[in-house]
Amino acid sequence: MSEFLAMGGYGGYIWGAYGVTFALLAIEVIVLRKRKREAKA
Amino acid sequence: MTTHSIKWFWFASPHTFYPLAGAIARICAALALVFGIAGAYVAFFVAPTDAQQGEVYRIIFIHVPAAWMSMFIYVVIAFWSALGLAMQTRLSAMMARALAPTGALFTFIALWTGSLWGKPTWGTWWVWDARLTSELILLFLYFGFMALQAAIDDRRRADRAGALLAIVGVVNIPIIYYSVQWWNTLHQGASVSFTRAPSMAATMLTGMLLVALAFWMYSIAVALTRVRCEIAEAQ
Repeated sequence: MSEFLAMGGYGGYIWGAYGVTFALLAIEVIVLRKRKREAKA
Repeated sequence: MTTHSIKWFWFASPHTFYPLAGAIARICAALALVFGIAGAYVAFFVAPTDAQQGEVYRIIFIHVPAAWMSMFIYVVIAFWSALGLAMQTRLSAMMARALAPTGALFTFIALWTGSLWGKPTWGTWWVWDARLTSELILLFLYFGFMALQAAIDDRRRADRAGALLAIVGVVNIPIIYYSVQWWNTLHQGASVSFTRAPSMAATMLTGMLLVALAFWMYSIAVALTRVRCEIAEAQ
């Protein structure tokens, strides 16, 4: 598992890319869901 | 011809569009999740380690699809903008506006993942290379489009101004795409071409296409939901 996370020494770069991408998309979805709830209320 | 055009205008009315958009958005959101999981699986468990770059090349599975989306969404915005100017349909401008934040997001992701890939392979986070610079200009075009829309109170005028900016800015898209051919750049050439034989392993291409499909479905779902919010808020 830790070997997988290390990504041959490039873990920081790879998880930095994937993590930020996932986080940004998740934030967009959360913000939009909130807006949708408020628009309907 | 007449019945055909009537139908299009019928769909262009926000009232009929609302429930349809909701159904499409739900289906696309589900598909985005499926394609995303499949893409991540291929990216990490199927695609082999690169002989030259080692594991770090796995950033390609986000970087390239995000860059595709950043350019494609801009072209779609320009298309809706042109249609909105020509046909005066409210929904066209709404679609253009709804896509802009997602397009900006993918542009940022393309730049961010490129930077994290550039550091270990080129030795630098950033260079003022033609490809990188034109992609940065794309991000500013998105910001400009959104800022212009937000700065003008009159909705109609805001939509017209935004549409003009979007249409003029579309010249940047071929510049980004061909930058690696026109200039001597540090950035590598196109990863996928329709005219050449595939230059990469089939598993890599599959992974990239799956993530690209996930991003497509995500973008459609998010943009349609945003249009629905706007319609609901206007009532």
